[in-house]
Amino acid sequence: MKAVVYVPCDSGALSLGADQVARAISREAARRDLDLHLIRNGSRGLYWLEPMIEAVTARGRVAYGPLSADNVPALFDAGFLEGAAHPLCLGLAEEIPLLKKQERLTFARTGIVDPASLDDYLAHGGYEGLARAARLNPEQIAEEVTQSGLRGRGGAGFPCGIKLRTAMQTAADRKYVVCNADEGDSGTFADRMIMEGDPFVLIEGMTIAAMCAGAVYGYIYLRSEYPHSARALNAAIAQARARGYLGSNVVDSGKPFNLQVRVGAGSYICGEETAMLESLEGKRGMVRYKPPVPAVCGLFGRPTVINNVLTLATLPIILARGGAFYKNYGVGRSRGTQPIQLAGNVKRPGLYEKAFGVTLREIVYEYGGGTASGRPVRAVQVGGPLGAYFPQSMLDVPFDYEELAARNGLLGHGGVVVYDDTVNMAEMARYAMEFCARESCGKCTPCRIGSTRGMEVIDRIVARRDQSANLTLLRDLCDTMTNASLCALGGLTPLPVLSALKYFPGDFGLGDDAASLD
Amino acid sequence: MGSNGWNQSAILDIARQLRDEPGALLLILRRIQDELGWIPEQSVPLIADVLNLSRAEVHGVATFYHDFRHHPPGRHVIRLCRAESCQAMGAVALARHLEDRLGIGFGQTTADGRFTLDAVYCLGNCACSPALTIDGDIHGRVTPGRLDDLMAAVEERRS
Ligand SMILES: Cc1cc2nc3c(=O)[nH]c(=O)nc-3n(C[C@H](O)[C@H](O)[C@H](O)COP(=O)(O)O)c2cc1C
Ligand code: SF4
Ligand code: FES
Repeated sequence: MKAVVYVPCDSGALSLGADQVARAISREAARRDLDLHLIRNGSRGLYWLEPMIEAVTARGRVAYGPLSADNVPALFDAGFLEGAAHPLCLGLAEEIPLLKKQERLTFARTGIVDPASLDDYLAHGGYEGLARAARLNPEQIAEEVTQSGLRGRGGAGFPCGIKLRTAMQTAADRKYVVCNADEGDSGTFADRMIMEGDPFVLIEGMTIAAMCAGAVYGYIYLRSEYPHSARALNAAIAQARARGYLGSNVVDSGKPFNLQVRVGAGSYICGEETAMLESLEGKRGMVRYKPPVPAVCGLFGRPTVINNVLTLATLPIILARGGAFYKNYGVGRSRGTQPIQLAGNVKRPGLYEKAFGVTLREIVYEYGGGTASGRPVRAVQVGGPLGAYFPQSMLDVPFDYEELAARNGLLGHGGVVVYDDTVNMAEMARYAMEFCARESCGKCTPCRIGSTRGMEVIDRIVARRDQSANLTLLRDLCDTMTNASLCALGGLTPLPVLSALKYFPGDFGLGDDAASLD
Repeated sequence: MGSNGWNQSAILDIARQLRDEPGALLLILRRIQDELGWIPEQSVPLIADVLNLSRAEVHGVATFYHDFRHHPPGRHVIRLCRAESCQAMGAVALARHLEDRLGIGFGQTTADGRFTLDAVYCLGNCACSPALTIDGDIHGRVTPGRLDDLMAAVEERRS
């Protein structure tokens, strides 16, 4: 029998030498005259074990990692193709405890299938959601999604079903579906993992959204930092088109839907949905006033469903298994699962998809294993560059939209970045202002000018110049940014700044009481 | 050929080829950046002409996006991630190491034209921080020592 080995082509794995490992395996197999089939899968998301390869055996897929090309000859000697023991053997991939503990719905296939093969996608339940959607009317599709409780995974958490219904009910000669694949939040990589590891699920999700809204054309607005995602998506789109899953008559539904990838040009603000539409129209990424919302008047003035990669990639399982199935996961108004992305100074960084409600402490310690440096955890930032910093004492907060918001934080796109005790939180606060200044679209003064002023004021506080006057100034500035910014870039930058100030006043050269003065 | 190795007809070809696409301007600039490695100032009037836009409009878009270079890059381009997750794992030290070694700051090119140093804010490789790309290839868990090896390797590849 031909031996089968999986080596990830996920860019995280590539960044650690997965291509070199793949080449070493092919070379060694040729040298030993072995007939070997090498498949490039996505990543399972256990990045501390990457590059992690898997050999297909009678018992299942046996994993080895983290590997380097140098390990490969010894693996062959040990008999890894039959799943034999070796110091780097991790046992059956599915049984790796931190994978087994997860609830993988959106990521059900990532790391398992061959992302370049539509047949493999179909063999793993792919396109079952679209098949069901094609038998429903648009109203029934919107209802199923509403029932599931699915909220936007891009940051704002808006109910997906409502957006679909709005676009559906708005009459127009042409409608669009736009996938927000800008994934600008630092500390996040779930969109990328889907696009590289299971691109068909995104295409299927966009097709379902199109069928519901009555859209005929879709764009995936992809950040330029993701060239491997672009390749994987374009290859998948070509296959889907060749096999009738895209085109003038999608799965014989009589409905047309086509799709293309548009690559951005390095702009965080283009992740904001209206700036993204401007950018797709070829213009500068300037945020638009709302209303009208894009579902009513979006791309080229037409009704446009615009959703994050994860939101769209979750539609297939909701349609295939039903809204009630998805809704069964989660807590309160946070239904379903959240692909949590754990990064920064942490021993086991990776993708952990869990039902909402797991606490930050469990994520950082049980999953993450504490810091990579072995030093104490000092701060955890949740939700990307616009998210709050949480100190040790607040880590028991459940991962859930409302619970995080109640503590002046946000869930954002689900990123969690861990810092050890060497971090200087005044520097992080300054960085938040600096990032806002760099990425501001410039439309409103509090964001454009306020962020630069904010850096200067923080510098003065840290230099112990006129501390109390400058503290007041910083708070006023943050107030203005919060209240008078058109979008969340200016409006939420105060979250990381004020949380750093509140929980870590010492880093600003302040006494504990100075910062609590509101 | 222009004085800096840019090619007027290449730019016109790109502009004419993409002019009828929806949102053509950004597509054209993106393609020029990808093919030439930068966007020569002289391409602005050419594109404006093909798309029937004002020069100011074209210039406005060309200068809005961080990816677009307005000077030719060095032979090798290093893009270091300076965002939060990478900062938590030593990106600040890597930044200093690069600035010291190359004798330039971010956004600059060495006098001998060998290296351009750029900052980037997240490569989506945060689970393997700190991360950077050299000539487009991504690297994770980078240490100053490993960075030196990587730089030596790209220079060798050239000669
Ligand atoms: C400054 C800023 C940056 C944003 N960046 C992203 C992004 O990179 N990806 C994303 O999906 N949403 C991003 N958003 C949110 C989008 O505006 C929008 O809410 C989202 O595309 C809607 O899709 P969803 O409902 O599926 O989340 C950003 C918002 C703001 C204000
Ligand atoms: S808050 Fe900033 S980014 Fe948002 S619209 Fe205003 S200037 Fe632009
Ligand atoms: S923060 Fe550096 S790769 Fe994401």
